Amino acid sequence: MSAAQTISSESNSTARLWGGGVEPFGASYGKLMMWFFLLSDAFTFSALLLAYAALRFSAASWPLPDEVFSAIPLIHGKFPLVFVGIMTFILIASSVTMVLAVEAGHRGARKEVVKWMIYTIIGGLMFLGCQAWEWTHLHHDGAWWGSNPFQNADGTPGMVNFTNLFFTITGFHGFHVFSGVVINIIITIMTATGVFDRRGTYETIEKVGLYWHFVDLVWVFVFTLFYLI
Amino acid sequence: MSQEHTSEFKVKDIWRVFWVLAGITAIEFVVALAIPESVMPKPFKVGLYLVLTILKAFYIVAYFMHLKFERINLIYSILLPIVFIAWVIAALIYESNYWLLLGGE
Repeated sequence: MSAAQTISSESNSTARLWGGGVEPFGASYGKLMMWFFLLSDAFTFSALLLAYAALRFSAASWPLPDEVFSAIPLIHGKFPLVFVGIMTFILIASSVTMVLAVEAGHRGARKEVVKWMIYTIIGGLMFLGCQAWEWTHLHHDGAWWGSNPFQNADGTPGMVNFTNLFFTITGFHGFHVFSGVVINIIITIMTATGVFDRRGTYETIEKVGLYWHFVDLVWVFVFTLFYLI
Repeated sequence: MSQEHTSEFKVKDIWRVFWVLAGITAIEFVVALAIPESVMPKPFKVGLYLVLTILKAFYIVAYFMHLKFERINLIYSILLPIVFIAWVIAALIYESNYWLLLGGE
């Protein structure tokens, strides 16, 4: 990193930047590959979400999200958006604790990194718990892949496209959250046992942080497309 | 150029971005629950949600993922391929409108 800085301040010529021995993107190989992986993952999620958008747009009518997603645990009645709002808040908050872990890593503050990583893991587990509850609730109502008990907004029977897309996309996202929690646990243990202190860099926290923020980013789109529109 | 900004994004800024994201989500809730569709028609609401969603995405990618402070060639390597997604959106809107016409006798 410092070598790249020295060279770019000496001369900005392409030959110096791409001639070897420096990082042309100002980022390590691992970080760059994480970015490219996330780009490819963004295409995967875009394909799923756009298939959803196209099928919904081409349907004459569609179930109302305020009717379908209106339950919260323990209390009877209709509370549209409340539960998913809590889930959104949890995921954004766990993204913040992840940035704080990365920031602590820049200072090499091992104990602080462990603290913020534990908060991030708790946030991820809370989100997964909420999603498990939501899926269970919908399943009790008779919703699953291939079965849609919800009526369209105009009173006609709903298409199975609705539940198929909902469970596939939130399931794929939930699987990403689950993977993220597992990776977060691994790097927390690595931090606590001093692996990054011996390595001299906390960059692994940054790379995993990129993945975790991406999961949050995807949820922002899932939230808008499934629950708001 | 991009490198020296890295240290300027501090704990205070992290929380500022958090409140921006929470605030935008709160606005979405108000629009969804408190404003009747007679005041704000559905297509207008949908447009507003999409603008706010892209704004949230910008804050997450630029600040949390730190892309705004990376070197310019890395920024373009990540952002330019998004053009393909924009193309798929345009293609599918066109196509799904056709499906709607096919099924809507």
